[in-house]
Amino acid sequence: MRYLPLTNTDRSEMLAKIGARDIDALFRDVPKAAIVGRSAFDLTDTKGELEVDRLLSRMAAKNVAAGSAPFFCGAGAYRHHVPAAVDHLIQRSEFLTSYTPYQPEIAQGTLQYLFEFQTQVALLTGMEVANASLYDGSTATAEAVLMAQRLTKRSKAILSGGLHPHYAETVETVANLSGEVVRTPVTPGNAEDIAALIDDKTACVVVQSPDVFGLIRDLRPIADAAHAKSALLIAVVTEIVSLGLIEPPGAMGADIVAAEGQGIGNGLNFGGPYVGLFATREKFLRQMPGRLVGETTDAGGKRGYVLTLSTREQHIRREKATSNICTNSGLCCLAFTIHLSLLGEEGFSRLARANHARASALADRLSKVKGVSLITPSFFNEFTLKLPKAAKGLVDKLAAKGIIAGVPASRLMPHEADATNLLIVAATETTTDEDYDAFVAALAEAMS
Amino acid sequence: MTMNNQGRPTAPGTVESNELPTISGDRGLDHEEALIFEIGRAGMTGVDIPQVQMSDTKLGGLRRKGPVGLPGLSEPEVIRHYVRLSRMNYAIDAGLYPLGSCTMKHNPRLNEKMARLPGFGDVHPLQPEATVQGALTLISDLMRWLTTLTGMPAVAMSPKAGAHGELCGLLTIRAAIAARGETRRRILVPESAHGTNPATAALAGFTVDEVPATRDGHVDADALEAKLGPDVAAIMLTNPNTCGLFEPRIKEMADAVHKAGAYFYCDGANFNAIAGRVRPGDLGIDAMHINLHKTFSTPHGGGGPGAGPVVLSAALAPFAPLPLLVQDANGFRMIEDRAELPAGAQPFGRMCAFHGQMGMFVRALTYMLSHGADGIRQASEDAVLSANYILASLKDVMSAPFGEGPCMHEALFDDSFLEGTGVTTLDFAKAMIDEGYHPMTMYFPLVVHGAMLIEPTESESKESLDRFIHVLRTMALEAKAGQRTRFDGAPRLAPRRRLDETAAARKPVLRWKPKDLPQAAE
Repeated sequence: MRYLPLTNTDRSEMLAKIGARDIDALFRDVPKAAIVGRSAFDLTDTKGELEVDRLLSRMAAKNVAAGSAPFFCGAGAYRHHVPAAVDHLIQRSEFLTSYTPYQPEIAQGTLQYLFEFQTQVALLTGMEVANASLYDGSTATAEAVLMAQRLTKRSKAILSGGLHPHYAETVETVANLSGEVVRTPVTPGNAEDIAALIDDKTACVVVQSPDVFGLIRDLRPIADAAHAKSALLIAVVTEIVSLGLIEPPGAMGADIVAAEGQGIGNGLNFGGPYVGLFATREKFLRQMPGRLVGETTDAGGKRGYVLTLSTREQHIRREKATSNICTNSGLCCLAFTIHLSLLGEEGFSRLARANHARASALADRLSKVKGVSLITPSFFNEFTLKLPKAAKGLVDKLAAKGIIAGVPASRLMPHEADATNLLIVAATETTTDEDYDAFVAALAEAMS
Repeated sequence: MTMNNQGRPTAPGTVESNELPTISGDRGLDHEEALIFEIGRAGMTGVDIPQVQMSDTKLGGLRRKGPVGLPGLSEPEVIRHYVRLSRMNYAIDAGLYPLGSCTMKHNPRLNEKMARLPGFGDVHPLQPEATVQGALTLISDLMRWLTTLTGMPAVAMSPKAGAHGELCGLLTIRAAIAARGETRRRILVPESAHGTNPATAALAGFTVDEVPATRDGHVDADALEAKLGPDVAAIMLTNPNTCGLFEPRIKEMADAVHKAGAYFYCDGANFNAIAGRVRPGDLGIDAMHINLHKTFSTPHGGGGPGAGPVVLSAALAPFAPLPLLVQDANGFRMIEDRAELPAGAQPFGRMCAFHGQMGMFVRALTYMLSHGADGIRQASEDAVLSANYILASLKDVMSAPFGEGPCMHEALFDDSFLEGTGVTTLDFAKAMIDEGYHPMTMYFPLVVHGAMLIEPTESESKESLDRFIHVLRTMALEAKAGQRTRFDGAPRLAPRRRLDETAAARKPVLRWKPKDLPQAAE
């Protein structure tokens, strides 16, 4: 087996040194009945690289890759162009095959990029501090709700109907254990009156902008209403590129920002791994979940970086930790931070503008198709259309013609009758005018 | 100083000559690197994107008012920045990484190549299912490998890391208990457990009750059985345990737990010791997460991303979270809606958006197909053999708290061999850095004083192990002989000396700020 360096001679010599008769002697604590042979596993044997490559390449070829078709899916995962340098750099051995930087003297590479990442996330979201990432946007949102419950010592979390339903379900999984989760009605294309629901038991309100339909939400009145009742506003961002063009949540009064960072540096990957961004105010720092990197100096007086405030974390505090999280999204953070460094202020702004321009052009064209209307008056790079028939059937029809038309809202909210005919469509810098021609023509034909 | 026959020095010079200041501040291949915010400038970019005309009428009046504050750099500057940073990191590819409990094994590059096939890397989680049949097949194949290797009937794929898998497992148990109309709120956790275990139990709404260890490094099975009662929901046990030992009374403990109406959660962090040889399902385990980034070689990536699928017994399988992967005449599909559940399914909820860590699934399946069941078995045997070889080769000069062995895939030492030397576990571990090694896991498990936990994995050649053993033996002998030079203040030869963690925590600086902004907390 090409990955195993020991020879049979080595193995014999090592057993002799140990003083063990054979390998079985090393497993002597395992109950005899629990030791099984090769025949217990109905699985294949060792395969060479060529054979594995061939097998998996065939499997991969059965999927329609986004880059091979006119492609318009978003709803929490976005296809952007990732510069070649990003993937090259994250595959450097020193980044790819290192562990959590528990030995800072020989992990300054990881620690420094995480410090830079924390700075970038704080700047993007308009917040004071950010952590070194969580698993993804949905789990970051759940952690934000738990943090708000700890900070306010209140139990109720109010989730906007515009929050991605997968996020809402993820929040419910953990926040229902310690409190109460209330979801407001779904109001596609409109902002619900969430402020009216905030009361003295409310720990937080959770509002996504742009919301799951693409609508840009003004967070300021919600922040004011929440703060008036001493509740917190958690702002959720699923398309981080939007912050190149839209006011950041920090400037609109958010107390915690939970975001999906996949849109910068990271591919679609069928849903993961992604990177959860988490930012808050400095005064809430000690209740923050996840790893933090801080600046310090070494014994020689040089500037350096270390994991810090770990008294919040599970390996020190055990059952009293702020979260059970251990692993973060290291390599996905790295991809994010490299891509954002390449873009810089100018590139990031241009990217965001290009996305909005591309989406605006597509929205204009699609809303001119007979029977189709645009229901999101404001949007960044994603909008929702109302179709004359069920969106799912049309999407399947278009897929058969090689066009991935977007996400039917019914896939995310199967029990919302009003969602049946809604189609969530995303356009980015990667979608072309030719893609639009194909989409518009196929949609018109499918509905006729 | 040793010389070759040309008189050129071949041994490293003294520390003093190494510390001769250079004009640049760099030292040969060791470059210092400023923060990216300190090297950029306005207007520059490393990505050419056309400036487009755009109206802001559709932005809801919420157009960003000020700049983000990002620096501008060209592509070569960005590449140089990250390449220089990378060179300040230790990595498995560069050397032995004996970090106990973390399974720092070789990360095959074929895994990376497969994960980047457009059919896997460039597919969207919400594309029509007819367009992702290959991706769903891959998940199904991986599920079959995981359930077969563990001898368990079901697996939940969505958890995003080990601790997330623990949460998934405990929530499954909670749902199963609720379905029986019971409320059980106590979870038994050995004191040797990973910190994530008690933290997860607390997060899942349970109270934690610690089970002591015996003198020989095992969980005290008698104490555990005495703690069982009608309010106990589960035990959370790591097996092989964090002392590197297999729990010989595991079956007996499982039977007692089941008899008390509780469930047996196993932390699968140490599955690499037994994969292909022992099936957790045969031991009476009800739920176990599998760290794909440990046992199945997906890269640790500086601390993630991981993946933590949870295998489940027949008793817990109905409560697995959404989504559920099913196969019918039309192929595979994901059930994401409670209205479409198959008979008997009662999912407790959803762990995260979408379907889990697909990129890690591809890598793990690539590893499994490459090894095969025979190769996985061989890998476990080699991992155990290598750890025992280290234990056998060091136990006369270092101190092994649990005697003669054998151990499983990691060798545990304590600090009693350093007693009276003035050298601590920390000093010893940091001195390894100067020898070109990543330190072992230190001060964990907590049940041993000054613990040093060494996990060589199956990826080291005998020559590499022998060299490592020679270095550690020499260090131990020097320490015991009172020669503290290489320990005091080590490391000396790393990109940084020891860092002041106390100062970092006392006055946290967690981000760069422009000079004209206040640095301190308000």
